[in-house]
Amino acid sequence: MVNYFPEEVLEHVFSFLTSHRDRNAVSLVCKSWYNVERFSRGKVFIGNCYAISPERLISRFPRVRSLTLKGKPHFADFNLVLHDWGGYVYPWIEAMAKGCTNLEELRLKRMLVSDASLELIAKSFPNFKSLVLVSCEGFTTDGLAAIASNCRFLRELDLQENEVEDPRGQWLSCFPDSCTSLASLNFACLKGEVNLAALERLVARCRNLKSLRLNHAVPPDVLQKILARAPQLVDLGAGSFVHDPESETYNKLKNVMQKCTSIRSLSGFLDVNARCLPAIYPICINLSSLNLSYAPGIYSKELVKLIRKCKKLQCLWILDTIGDKGLRVVASACKELQELRVFKSDPNDVGNAAVTEEGLVAISAGCPNLNSLLYFCRQMTNTALITVAKNCPNFIRFRLCTLDPITPDAVTMQPLDNGFGAIVQSCKGLKRLSVSGLLTDQVFLYIGMYAEQLEMLSIAFAGNSDKGMVYVLNGCKKLKKLEIRDSPFGNMALLADTGKYETMRSLWMSSCKVTFGACKSLAEKMPRLNVEIINEGDEMEGGSDDRQNVEKMYLYRTLVGPRKDAPDSVWTL
Amino acid sequence: MENTFLGCGGGISGGISTVLREENNMAMSSEESSSYPDEAELELGLGLSLGGGGAKSKSKPPLPAVAAAGPWGQYARILTAKDFHSVVSTKESSSSSSSSSVTKTNNNPSCGVKRTAEPSSPPGRSGSSQVVGWPPIRTYRIQSLVNHAKSPMTEEITSALDKCKSNNTIVDKTNIGSNLNRNVAKEKGLLKKPSLFVKVNMDGIPIGRKVDLNAHRCYKTLSQTLDEMFKLSAAVGATRSNAEEQVVMTKPSRLMNVSSEFVLAYEDKEGDWMLVGDVPWEYVPSTSHYIFLTDSAPLWLVYVLAKSIKFIVFSSLF
Repeated sequence: MVNYFPEEVLEHVFSFLTSHRDRNAVSLVCKSWYNVERFSRGKVFIGNCYAISPERLISRFPRVRSLTLKGKPHFADFNLVLHDWGGYVYPWIEAMAKGCTNLEELRLKRMLVSDASLELIAKSFPNFKSLVLVSCEGFTTDGLAAIASNCRFLRELDLQENEVEDPRGQWLSCFPDSCTSLASLNFACLKGEVNLAALERLVARCRNLKSLRLNHAVPPDVLQKILARAPQLVDLGAGSFVHDPESETYNKLKNVMQKCTSIRSLSGFLDVNARCLPAIYPICINLSSLNLSYAPGIYSKELVKLIRKCKKLQCLWILDTIGDKGLRVVASACKELQELRVFKSDPNDVGNAAVTEEGLVAISAGCPNLNSLLYFCRQMTNTALITVAKNCPNFIRFRLCTLDPITPDAVTMQPLDNGFGAIVQSCKGLKRLSVSGLLTDQVFLYIGMYAEQLEMLSIAFAGNSDKGMVYVLNGCKKLKKLEIRDSPFGNMALLADTGKYETMRSLWMSSCKVTFGACKSLAEKMPRLNVEIINEGDEMEGGSDDRQNVEKMYLYRTLVGPRKDAPDSVWTL
Repeated sequence: MENTFLGCGGGISGGISTVLREENNMAMSSEESSSYPDEAELELGLGLSLGGGGAKSKSKPPLPAVAAAGPWGQYARILTAKDFHSVVSTKESSSSSSSSSVTKTNNNPSCGVKRTAEPSSPPGRSGSSQVVGWPPIRTYRIQSLVNHAKSPMTEEITSALDKCKSNNTIVDKTNIGSNLNRNVAKEKGLLKKPSLFVKVNMDGIPIGRKVDLNAHRCYKTLSQTLDEMFKLSAAVGATRSNAEEQVVMTKPSRLMNVSSEFVLAYEDKEGDWMLVGDVPWEYVPSTSHYIFLTDSAPLWLVYVLAKSIKFIVFSSLF
C-alpha cells in the first residue's frame, strides 16, 4: 500500500523526521523511499570525514543544506594524535562549492580548517548562515574576517575551544553595517583583542542576538554597555569579569544584569574577581545552564554561594575546586540537575583541590534526574559507584576519570570492576562510558553482558588479557566507537571478530599488544576498513618486523578506500 | 615586565624544602655581590619550609618554622633578576616533572626550573603526572587554565593600586586570634569589609600572629604592620613577646622597599613560575591564607595565586 503514496506525500511525511538515524532507516526500506528521502534530506551528519567522499555525498544528497563533519579521533584531544594526521575540510568545501551551493550550515569538529577554506565558504555559498567550529585548528582571524565580510545572512558564528592565531585582530569590524541577522556569536576562545566599538555597534544592530560569548579581551565597562543594549540575551559568556566592586561600572553592571531576565545560560568568567559575583545573583534563579569550568579564579565558597541560588539548574560544568562539600550543596540546591561535569582545576595535581567519591554519592542522592556525568576525581570506591547506580538509573553518559589511572577502590583496595558493573547493569540506556581505575577483565564481562545500548567506550590502563576486549566486542551490539590505550589487549582480541568493525565507526588502540603483522592481516581481510598505523618514531622502515608491537593503530570503516592526504608518519595498510 | 615561564611540575612538600634551600643558598651567594652590606646583621634562619603537600602528605614530620599544620602546598616568591638566573641554572628537571611539563605545556617555553618530585608521595600520584595524555583533559582547557591564572590585570585594578599608593592607610590593629581559621564572621557587622585574618609566622619563631588583610589597602601598610609585629627593624633574634601594643616606627619598614626593583614571581596552576610586575593588592586579600616571614636577601615577596593554599612570604631586602 505504501507504494501508492505519491512522492510528495512521502516527502512531506519524511520532513518530520529530523534525526539522521531515522532518515537512514527510512532510506533502507525500498528504492522509492530511498530516492524520496535522499532528495529531501537537508541535514547530513558524517561522523568520520574519511568514511565517505564529498562527491558521493553530493551525488546522493544533492539538496543538502547542513553538513556536520568530524575529523580526528577523540584521543587527539589528549595529544595522542599527530597534529597533521589529517581531517582537512578544504576538499569538502571545494566539492560543495562546485556541486551544492545552497549550503547554509557547516559544523566541524576536530578538523583542520585553513583560512583558504573559510574564504572559500565566504565566496561560494550565498545563503550561508551558520558556522560552528569545535576543537578545530589551522585558521586565523583573517579567515573569520572573510566570513564576517561576505556572508550577508550570517546567523551563527560559534567558535568552541579552537586554536586560532590572531595576526591582525580586526575581524569583528568586518561585519558590514548591513549585517543585522546575527543570532549567535561565540568568540570566547580567541586570544587576541577585538575592536570594542565595532562589537558594541554589532550588538546594537542585531536585534535577534540571543547568544553572545565574549573573550577575555572585552573589559567590564564594555560588557555592561553590551548588556544594556541586549537585554534579550538568552546565553551569555562573560570573558572578563574583573571589577573593582566599588566602581561606577560595577554598579551599572549590577543594574543592567537585573534587567537581563532572559538569560538561561551563563559561561566564561575567564578572568574574575570573585567579589563581583553578587552582580549575577539576580539571574541565577533563571539559569538552566552554568559553565564555570574556565574560571579558576572563583573559590569554593563563592562558587557555592552562587550555585545555591540556581535552583533550576539542569547543566553544571565546574572545577574540582568546589570540593565534596560544595557538591553536597549542589545536591541540595539543584534538584533538576541532569548534566554535571567536574573538571580538574589543576592538571598536575600539585595542590589540594579535588573531589572524591563522597561528592558523587551526594550528587546522586540529591539529583535523581542526573543522566550525564564527567567526573575527574582523586579516588573512587565500589560502594560509591553501586550507590550511584542505584540512585541514578538514567545515565546516558557516564565518564569517570581517576587522577591515578590504576587506582583501586580507595577503601578495600580491590579493583573497581563491581562498581562499574553496577553502573552498566542499572543504567539500561547507557550510551557512552569511560572507565578508569584498577580494572580487570571482569569489568568488561559486565559491560559486554549489560551495556546493550552502549555506543562509545573509552578504556585506559585496564584489563588483564584479550578476553576483556573480546567480551566487549561480542556483547555490545550497538558499539560504534571503541578507544583503548595502554591495555594488554593483543592480536587474538583484535582478530576475534573482524566483521564487527564494519558495524562500528572506528577503533583506536594505542600502547596495547597488537602487532604489525596482525594489523596487516586485518587490513588484507577487510578491504572496507582503513587500518592506519601512526608512527612517531622511525621504528617502521620498509620491511618492518611483523612481530613488533604497534604503538598506535586507528581503524575505521570506509567506502572510499585509503585516504591520500595522510602524512608520511601515517601508514594505511 | 616580561613574563618568563619556568616550568614546574611534579609533587611538592619534602621536595620543595630541599629545593628551597638550594634556592636560598643561591640567593645568599648573590647577596654577597649586592650593594647593601647592612644586611648581615639580620640573621633570621633560612628554611622556608612547608608542611605537607596534601592529604596524603600529612604524615610527614612537620618541618620547622611552620607553626600550624596545614595542607600548604604552593607558594611563590619574588626573585630578582639575579636570582632568576641562578635559580634557573641550578634547577635540574627531574625526568618525571619534565615529562609532565613537556606533554602538558607544549606551548609554553619552559626555562627548566622544576621542582623535584615528591619523594614519598604515593607512587600512583607521581606516576599519573608522568603519563602522556593523562588525565585526559583537552589541551585547550589546560592552556586556558594556565593562561587565565596568570592573566594581566585590568585598568581598574591597577588604578585601585595607584589610589592606594597615594594614601596613607592606617596600620591596623592586630590580635592574636583564638581561632586559627580565616575569619569572615564579621560580614554583617560594623566593619565595612569583613575581617580577613590570616596567620603570620616568622621563620624561627614558634609563636604566630594574625593580621587582617582587609584592613590594608596596599603592600606598604601591610609590611609596616608586619615589621612592627615582629620588630624586624630592631635587633635580631628577639624572642617574641605577645606584643599587642603598637610600636611606633622610627625606621622605615625594612620589609619592603616600596617600588623597588624587585621582581614578583608567582606560581600558577600549571606549576610554572610567572614573573609579573606589581601584583595588584586587589588580589591579595582574596587569595591569601597565610603569611610567612623569612630572611634571605634579596627581598622575596611571595605570592601564590593558583592553589587553594596561598600565602605571602616577606623577606628583608637590600
